Amino acid sequence: MCRVVDLRQAVLAKNDAGAQTLRAELTARGTAVVNILSSPGSGKTALLERELLLARERSVPVAALTADLATENDAVRLARSGVPVKQVLTDGLCHLESAMLAGHLRGWLPDDTRLLFVENVGNLVCPASYDLGETLRVVLASVTEGEDKPLKYPTAFGLAHLVVVTKTDLAEAVDFDEAAFRSHVERVNPGVEVVLTSARHGRGVGAILDRALAAADGAPPHVPVMARTADAHTHAHVHADTHAPAHPQAHPLPDGHTHEHPPGHSHGQTGTHAHARPDTHADAVPRTHP
Amino acid sequence: MHEMSIALAVIGQVEEAAERAGDVTAVRSVRLLVGELAGVVPDALAFCFELACAGTVLEGAELVTETVPGRARCAPCAHEWAVGVPPLLSCPRCGGAGTDLQAGRELQIAAVHWEDGRTPAPAREPIPEER
Repeated sequence: MCRVVDLRQAVLAKNDAGAQTLRAELTARGTAVVNILSSPGSGKTALLERELLLARERSVPVAALTADLATENDAVRLARSGVPVKQVLTDGLCHLESAMLAGHLRGWLPDDTRLLFVENVGNLVCPASYDLGETLRVVLASVTEGEDKPLKYPTAFGLAHLVVVTKTDLAEAVDFDEAAFRSHVERVNPGVEVVLTSARHGRGVGAILDRALAAADGAPPHVPVMARTADAHTHAHVHADTHAPAHPQAHPLPDGHTHEHPPGHSHGQTGTHAHARPDTHADAVPRTHP
Repeated sequence: MHEMSIALAVIGQVEEAAERAGDVTAVRSVRLLVGELAGVVPDALAFCFELACAGTVLEGAELVTETVPGRARCAPCAHEWAVGVPPLLSCPRCGGAGTDLQAGRELQIAAVHWEDGRTPAPAREPIPEER
């Protein structure tokens, strides 16, 4: 017979559960993940090269994993810093998922790694939906991409713990309107910090490293409004209870089982990020670290 | 375009639920809640879903997507508003950043309509005259 089954399962429940597990495992061994998102060509690799070098100078044990559809070019560039680097080729897949990341870390990630930088596939749409078990999510945009990038990709910018503007050495040439960019970020992610950087001139280099180390040490990161939802993601459990069969003659279910899960029911603050604690962040005013 | 990954995740979860139920012969439809801020394009998802269902118990199943509008509430001043796209997530009344997003990021399988091998149970106890 025909029946309607209430599943009420988050589509990405598996990814989120995998991400929570990975975050817990890595935290237990003292490693924090930094998930770096941007469009292709925003300067993720160039900035990351500088951050890795700096980490090495400061004797912070870091590692980097870089994901691309094809070529090992980014890994070659990052490896020049001398830290452990791994290239992941996604064979066309537009994003990383938590299980993929966990698989790549197994047997590779050095035990003493304090920070693992994950350079996600260059894409501001798909990676935004996938929690990788990161402690800090950084979203980059270069000055050449236009001030309205945060409005065009609200999910990516809306879930960032830190927004980084890159290539500011080109700002004047492209007439970058910093105030407009900041107001657009503020619209989709009020209170998030915006940092201006130029990998070429060294401006702002170290900001990601500093924020990542602070987050790894347990400093409460910014909680984006978009992450402050009771029902955004995680429903690891299943309600396989049937109710109200669609078939008109069928009124079985003598068990009278009613499920008490109104839409939008929450199971604690187990949203996209594990640190969805009561919002106490005080940095409502974006700060600049030139 | 991660709609194929999303479609595969939906199919995987429905398959698992059907397996647990034990006697599902066909899935007729899947109802999905998609928040306007979920970053998923329903048309692209429907296209991927149809392709990815082939050869599974969901073959031929209809994907019914319901868009959930984004709504927010300002914790300090209690103002509520429709956030729109791109979303306005700082409070339009007091300008504060203490916003709670109440809806709009859903990406949830609400319900599945399937056929199973069970025979319908009697609707009620037969009354004595019918015996």
